[in-house]
Amino acid sequence: MTLLFLTLFPLVGALCLGLSRNVACGRAATAWSAATLVVAALLVRPGMSWSLAWLPDVGMTLRFEADGLSWLFLLLTAVVTLVAVAASWLTGRNDRGYHALVLVLQSALFGVFTARHFIPWFLCWEMTLIPAFLLIRLWGGPAAPQAAMRFFMMTLGGSVFLLVGFLALQLSAGTMDFDSLAALAGEGRLVDALEHGFAATGADGRTLLVLIAVAVLIGIAVKIPIVPFHTWLPSAYAEAPSPVTMLLTGLLSKMGVFALLWIFLPVFAEVLPVFATPLAWLAVATVILGALAALAQTDLKRMLAYSSVNHLGYCVLAVAAAGAAGSARPAMTSAMAGTVLQAINHGIIATALFLGITILEHRSRGRRHIGNFGGLRARMPVFCGCLGIAVFASLGLPGLSGFIGEFLIFNGAFSAVPAATSVCVAGLLLTAVFLLRMMRMVFWGPLKPACATWPDLTKPERALFAVLILLILLPGVWPQMLLHHANPVVLELIDLLRPIP
Amino acid sequence: MTPLWSLLFPFAGALAVLLLPARAAALSRVIALAASLGTTIAAASGCLKRLGDTASPVWSLDLEWIPQLGSRFHLAADGLALPLLLLNGIVAIAGVLFSWNITQRPRAFFSLVLAIIGGVSGVFLSRDAFLMFVFYEIVIVPKYLLIVAWGSTNREYGAMKLTMYSIGASALILLGLAAAYAASGSAGFDIAGLAAAGFPKGFQLWAFPVLFLGFVVLAGIWPFHTWAPTGHVAAPTAASMLLAGVVMKLGAYGALCVAMPLFPDGFAFWRPAIAVLAVAGILHGAFTALTRRDLKFVIGYSSVSHMGFILLGMAAATHWGLRGAVLQMISHGIIAGLLFGIAGRVIYERTHTRDLDALQRFNLWKSLPAAAVAFTLASAASMGLPGFSGFVAEVSVLIGLWESYPWLVPLVALGILITGAFTLRALCRTCFPDAAASLAIPVRMPSLTWPETTAIVLLLAVSLAIGLHPSPWISLINDGLDSPVFQPILQRP
Repeated sequence: MTLLFLTLFPLVGALCLGLSRNVACGRAATAWSAATLVVAALLVRPGMSWSLAWLPDVGMTLRFEADGLSWLFLLLTAVVTLVAVAASWLTGRNDRGYHALVLVLQSALFGVFTARHFIPWFLCWEMTLIPAFLLIRLWGGPAAPQAAMRFFMMTLGGSVFLLVGFLALQLSAGTMDFDSLAALAGEGRLVDALEHGFAATGADGRTLLVLIAVAVLIGIAVKIPIVPFHTWLPSAYAEAPSPVTMLLTGLLSKMGVFALLWIFLPVFAEVLPVFATPLAWLAVATVILGALAALAQTDLKRMLAYSSVNHLGYCVLAVAAAGAAGSARPAMTSAMAGTVLQAINHGIIATALFLGITILEHRSRGRRHIGNFGGLRARMPVFCGCLGIAVFASLGLPGLSGFIGEFLIFNGAFSAVPAATSVCVAGLLLTAVFLLRMMRMVFWGPLKPACATWPDLTKPERALFAVLILLILLPGVWPQMLLHHANPVVLELIDLLRPIP
Repeated sequence: MTPLWSLLFPFAGALAVLLLPARAAALSRVIALAASLGTTIAAASGCLKRLGDTASPVWSLDLEWIPQLGSRFHLAADGLALPLLLLNGIVAIAGVLFSWNITQRPRAFFSLVLAIIGGVSGVFLSRDAFLMFVFYEIVIVPKYLLIVAWGSTNREYGAMKLTMYSIGASALILLGLAAAYAASGSAGFDIAGLAAAGFPKGFQLWAFPVLFLGFVVLAGIWPFHTWAPTGHVAAPTAASMLLAGVVMKLGAYGALCVAMPLFPDGFAFWRPAIAVLAVAGILHGAFTALTRRDLKFVIGYSSVSHMGFILLGMAAATHWGLRGAVLQMISHGIIAGLLFGIAGRVIYERTHTRDLDALQRFNLWKSLPAAAVAFTLASAASMGLPGFSGFVAEVSVLIGLWESYPWLVPLVALGILITGAFTLRALCRTCFPDAAASLAIPVRMPSLTWPETTAIVLLLAVSLAIGLHPSPWISLINDGLDSPVFQPILQRP
């Protein structure tokens, strides 16, 4: 029940905000999300679960469970939302609707990371759509309406694929419970079930499972996103208000990674080898094209948007490698643990980067072209240092959190998909080029006259950065604090995929 | 309170309203609300009683009526009729609330509305085909009068078209029923009796399409749907709500509970054709809604699209499919009522336009945020987002479709996507326009009145309740589908 309490907690906050009048909404929402973080960190423990007999007539029981892995994502959600809400408040955003929608989004995310049955999972997955759409459309930049529409339609398109795929599974396997499906797949019975369920069509069970897996993969790929399903992302990330972009990149993209790791891998275990090579090369395309596109941008937000595409590409590579037939258990462990670390750490780092953008936009009254800034190090040394740490973490400097995930991924992926992994490593170099170029253009060189009067970080802004930097430094030097929670789940997953003979 | 009251309350209410003296005309809306409440309470108590005890026989009333024809006054409230009666009551309450400020001849208006509600209850309860037909016809005349006297855009044309379609369809129904009556040896019109008669296959092959088509024209089957959008647009708000919310369901209900059980072999033969027409309706309705500028037309065509799901579930004819079809009847009734209520009453009364481009100027999000929030939630429900009733219904139909016609699934998936697109388009134009398109200073508009708020909250709450906790509704529907008359048409994959 604590889990239910956590999931509904932000929603209640949103309702209170929505119905209240004359409240300092920014402050209230910040306080509420701080309370949410406390609930997530102190009251919720890995292993908690609750379930609801939803349609007893057809045997549908909805389950929610927080294992170690989900718990990490719950904490990530709570932290990123808190930072996003606080940053909105600090930059003068006090609309009721805005803060209420952010809290609705948070509720949906809690649900996505804990649902263990397709129906509630999909409910929460779709529940993110309308709040995110409205946040982009109503509070975004000049081109926001088109960006929001494209975001909505592409994500909805992906969801339809997901829905159709899982309904086919319900029909043949008789369940949409992720664990039951994974158990069936682990015993190699899902193919038989499909063949039996669709006997009328005369199709081969394995082909059907591959088709369904493709449908589900498309749904997930739009969310992460994987090239070529990424076209909604740059404009949506760029046009959304920067704190909302934190949510989009820090959390909504993680819904996709989480689904890939925690649903796609176990449920489609029987046909994973088919996907290893294509998925690995799609990951390469995501990494390389993301980095190249980022290099070409002059708009800071678009650059960081493509940088997100690039960083999540590594997670896709790891999942592809983990599914490859040839990979051994240790390599899989490394790749999958790497995925978890990369997802969590990218969430924190991207939030820090977009917090920097929020502050730049606030000081410059909405500018984000790279040419508008220059020489800021002299005016804003603390800001320069804080953003510098985030940038170096993002390009994978050892000792900071970005390094460890990427290292584990390459380590695990190399044996299964050596060629693709090698190309991806080259992506790291490109990442360094565009991130360092951003640092140079914004902070070094002569001080632009327009920037000459900007104040350095205020105390609350410093506090936000301090929290994020702590969360970047700690896992960098002590990754065990994350792995300790993630590893048991990863090992369980591997047991499903590669039963010990 | 027996389910009989859900039939008696509306007719008694209609009579009471008619008998009101002119100076007490203002009381008519109160009486109408009370009668609708009574209908709802009778239906709800029937539902609860049935849920608590599905083993006992269903409530029924069987009286001598026209012995010469063998037609009896036979009513029964099984698991299919009860939730639909409840839907009828809820839409009636909302319809009356959304018409709270009618000043033009309120007594006539509310008595006609109540007559429709009573006729609908009668159709849902009838177990005698002739009796059902009589109630079915009772609905047509008030519908015509409501549109002609209180309607708007092109009302004579809309009302005439709707009535001509209804009468033509009724002729087909009468023909089908007469044929069945004659072929069964003129024994009577009892539906279960006719279903057990076992008509020869050759007879069923032509009798089924006649009877089925007669019913589903009223459900807006493609390509006989064109009366629906024009009729909805022309009708006053309460009439659009009743029309889309419950009257269209009468056609689907008749097809499901009369045409299909009577002629199972004919149904088996024509099943694929019905499925194809249903999908054509889903796609045609959705694509047309994408191009319309009148908000009520958009909603009208979305109704055509959503009604396609009902027909599709019936064509799939598995447990999932039929369950989904009935759920969609309930769900669409609620959601269409809500959309027409918001568009026709809340928005139109304040902006005096339904043109999507003209609505952009008002920027409802700034000038009337409560309406914008309500319309957003209603749109989410209409898109079939999970959590709302539409999702449960559409998912059930889709599972049924996977079982029966998997090759149609991609087309329906496309339909769902286009539904998202046109709903979002209408939502953005009305509530969240581009800054450039809207007036710089928001127009001051009166805020929502209590009847509007109550009706919106009621309909949204019911849609959410079905979406989040569908199991009681599904139990009831399952109970209804267990009836012996459905066994010959149920496909078992």
